[in-house]
Amino acid sequence: MGKLFFYVALALVLVSGLVFAPEHAGLAIHPMDQFTVKALFGGDHVAWYTPTNVTLWMFLAIGAIFVLLVMGSANRGIVPSRAQSIAELAYGFIYKMVEDVAGKDAVKFFPYIMTLFMFIVTANFLGLIPMSFTTTSHFAVTGVLAVVVFVAITITGFVLHGVKFLGLFWVSSAPLALRPILALIEVISYFVRPVSLCIRLAGNIMAGHAVLKVFAGFAGALGAASFLPIFAISAFYALEVLVAFIQAYVFTILTCVYLKDALHPSH
Amino acid sequence: MASNTHDAGHGAADAAHGAADAAAHGSSGMPQLDFSTYGNQIWWLLVTLVVIYLILSRVALPRIAAILNERQGTITNDLAAAEDLKAKAVEAENAYNKALADARAEAQRIAAETRAEIQAEVDEAIAKADAEIAAKTAESETAIAEIRATALDNVKLVASDTASALVEALGGKDDTKLIAAAVAERTEG
Repeated sequence: MGKLFFYVALALVLVSGLVFAPEHAGLAIHPMDQFTVKALFGGDHVAWYTPTNVTLWMFLAIGAIFVLLVMGSANRGIVPSRAQSIAELAYGFIYKMVEDVAGKDAVKFFPYIMTLFMFIVTANFLGLIPMSFTTTSHFAVTGVLAVVVFVAITITGFVLHGVKFLGLFWVSSAPLALRPILALIEVISYFVRPVSLCIRLAGNIMAGHAVLKVFAGFAGALGAASFLPIFAISAFYALEVLVAFIQAYVFTILTCVYLKDALHPSH
Repeated sequence: MASNTHDAGHGAADAAHGAADAAAHGSSGMPQLDFSTYGNQIWWLLVTLVVIYLILSRVALPRIAAILNERQGTITNDLAAAEDLKAKAVEAENAYNKALADARAEAQRIAAETRAEIQAEVDEAIAKADAEIAAKTAESETAIAEIRATALDNVKLVASDTASALVEALGGKDDTKLIAAAVAERTEG
């Protein structure tokens, strides 16, 4: 069965390469065009309220989350259905992460962290649909996520611990002479957190999608030999599926780590 | 993708549009750094996050938590019920054993009681029989003593008659008093 599929795919690729090759003879690779923000209903001007492809794919993410978590669990089965199993799995996964990484008292932040995770993971996977728009590939989006996390955690820290929260930067276990230097490093690393969160997520997703597009451009230019880049795309796509989940996981677990700092600032 | 939609066949207007598009986005190279769309993205992101948060915190998370709790509760209840039934089974077995032991003890008690009753009846019967035997023995002895006494008297009578007849036959004088005294002396001796 797999072998048959392989030959059919190969034949399709060869035929399509022969038929369509002349039109795309030039090497026309525009890997970044897929990230362009466009107004949905025409017009070049993109105001803050204009419904754009960002809006469309974010709303699709909301829809997917609704279908998975709300409709999936609608039966409330003691023995879960498939969708309900996934919903329970996601719930248990994030709940346990919050509890284990950030501590038991962090459980009240669980809905916020679940929101973050579900948005990122859903947007990443929706972005893997061919011809789709990946909202998490934009620094504006991941930057807002990172800044929201950063601000929320800083405020939480100061509300819970007041000035003592600054003890996070004062490494009391180090020799006294080293402490100011360490404090400087700690402060810098604290403020780099949102930047790294933002760039890690958007950078990974953007790079992966751009590479896929570059291979696709090769496939268009190589004619009959295009099966090579298409196989490369298949392999890379599998990697991107992994990255889509791992980046959401990394973003969430780092949020939990930072939240733990805010709840228990002592070293 | 954009280049596909602006194919040459679509005419000059499209070509001009494509050029404008390229001028707007192509110059920076990365749409990610096109700050004119940031307001739009941030606005829709905030809307999305709020909507997802509301869906999760109002509906999805409480429901899933309830489902998980219910399952945990069901499992715990089932285990408790099983434990309960097991305890009941053990209790029933104990009750059965106790009933068995009670019955055995009762049976032994009844047997012992019956044995004692029978023993008592037998003893009574034996005592009664002994008493009757003793009474009959005493009666018999009285009768024997009477008979013996009668026999002695008869012996005396016979002896004195015989003695007086002998005395008469020998020609002596029948002295009744003397003979009686002699007979009494002999029979007493």
